[in-house]
Amino acid sequence: MSELRDLYQEVILDHNKHPHNFGELNGADRHADGFNPLCGDKLVVYVNLDGDTITDVRFEGSGCAISQASASLMTDSVKGKTLAEVRELFDRFLNLVTDEDAEDDDRALGKLAVFAGVRDYPARVKCASLAWHTLRAAVEDRHDVVTTE
Amino acid sequence: MSSAEAASAVESVFEVQRIRRDFPILTRSIRDQNLVYLDNAATTQKPQRVLDALSSYYATGNANIHRGVYLLSEEATAAYDLARGKVQGLLNARAAHEIIFTRNSTESINLVAQSYGRQNLGPGDEILITHMEHHSNIVPWQLLCEQVGARLCVAPIDDDGTLQLDEFQRLISPRTRLVAVVHLSNSLGTINPVQDIVRMAHARGVPVLIDGSQSVYHMPVDVQALDCDFYVFTGHKLYGPTGIGVLYGRESLLEQMPPYQGGGDMIRSVTFDKTTYAELPHKFEAGTPHIAGAIGLGAAVDYLLSVGFEGIGRHEADLLAYGTNALSEVKGLRLIGTSPNKASILSFVMDGAHPHDIGTIVDADGIAIRTGHHCTQPVMDRFGVPATARASIAMYNTHEEIDALVKALEHVRETFAV
Repeated sequence: MSELRDLYQEVILDHNKHPHNFGELNGADRHADGFNPLCGDKLVVYVNLDGDTITDVRFEGSGCAISQASASLMTDSVKGKTLAEVRELFDRFLNLVTDEDAEDDDRALGKLAVFAGVRDYPARVKCASLAWHTLRAAVEDRHDVVTTE
Repeated sequence: MSSAEAASAVESVFEVQRIRRDFPILTRSIRDQNLVYLDNAATTQKPQRVLDALSSYYATGNANIHRGVYLLSEEATAAYDLARGKVQGLLNARAAHEIIFTRNSTESINLVAQSYGRQNLGPGDEILITHMEHHSNIVPWQLLCEQVGARLCVAPIDDDGTLQLDEFQRLISPRTRLVAVVHLSNSLGTINPVQDIVRMAHARGVPVLIDGSQSVYHMPVDVQALDCDFYVFTGHKLYGPTGIGVLYGRESLLEQMPPYQGGGDMIRSVTFDKTTYAELPHKFEAGTPHIAGAIGLGAAVDYLLSVGFEGIGRHEADLLAYGTNALSEVKGLRLIGTSPNKASILSFVMDGAHPHDIGTIVDADGIAIRTGHHCTQPVMDRFGVPATARASIAMYNTHEEIDALVKALEHVRETFAV
């Protein structure tokens, strides 16, 4: 059960119940659709850009607690960052949820570190990373649906 | 006496504990707890008898079939043919050569689509299926429709997951060339009235394929009594190995159909000018087949019949009723698929908890259930849910395991404070 508590931390459960930056971003510069065919998670990520900087980001959709909380915490953590910074953050995040030897206290990740428990559940990595893949598609202006398969 | 104890009294007649001892994996622990395996609609566990058949074939009987003049090859050929005979017996087919070995139900359906379908369907023709089909009984027909310009028609289902039989009958049109329906729905548990469906279709001269993937290990199937034209199933859901499946086909239809794949073993003679094909069933079994798989499937059929469908049916119906009641009492839980005529499947959603999270949380208690769309996305759309959690029952499950699931679902409610 302790691994389970590591996965479903309070922060994650809170963000699942009360996601931040949830809902359409009217007139967004970019948006992309993400879909996890395995479990049916669906997301739309909206982004406003000022040059290379994300000035606003929102999401909407439905899915499991991990995917919803991940999208919520992602929007909090990328706002105001440059695309290069976001790319680096995404790499660190992917490393956190997939690499058994990853540092749990990677300072650069901030609140995103709560997803460290995901690495014990390989089937859930796709849930945690869907929002990030979708964000990347949005900033790259891709219009095909991003899938985790 | 608790309800679980009362239920155990029923079990003692069926001797579920004795059956459990036949399945080595059931003694495994998962995350330090006893494995509770409730994902039987995805695949069932294997009895020792099947494991022995596989290992003994490879250890003492391995040779290619239909080729050697040596004893070992003759033995392997005989064992492979014997397995075909066992499947013939299981389905009560008229002849052993009406049983074609494939990889799985999916390949069986693709075989019919590409062989029978391409030969007999053209532009404007129709294939009729139901809204509750597995993707494997949808996509092969969509491919065929693209190839020949035919149309896929879908019969609707009720809110409880029952097929609307009147609508189904109405949809059999003068252009309908094939009906393909699931016998027992993998995501709803609905048992379709396949006998009525065959009668309705045959009245309009339309052949019927039945997807028996979920039915063959729960109930006896008699293809002659059903009078169906094709019946498909997969070995690994019938307590057999993966990689071996079955297509039953009516001889007169199989005879007319062109081969599905070309290669060795399916020919009579080959020259660069002209090749003639082998007799049934070999015409449809190109290349070296899954010999061990067929032998393992034969052992699984023996095992299933030795336990007997009467006891299995009674025990599983009892578990389904017990599980339906127990789950209905879990606060915030809604069963998806409540047809009066159903078997073995408990599909559900819970307020505030996504099925995927339910699956992960009950896994912490050693309980294996399936979460997702179960390869039936149209069913999920029909019920307005992205996914469901699904517990599915087999002969070795117990009332205590249902209790364990209900207890684990309380952990789900605690986690999400539902």
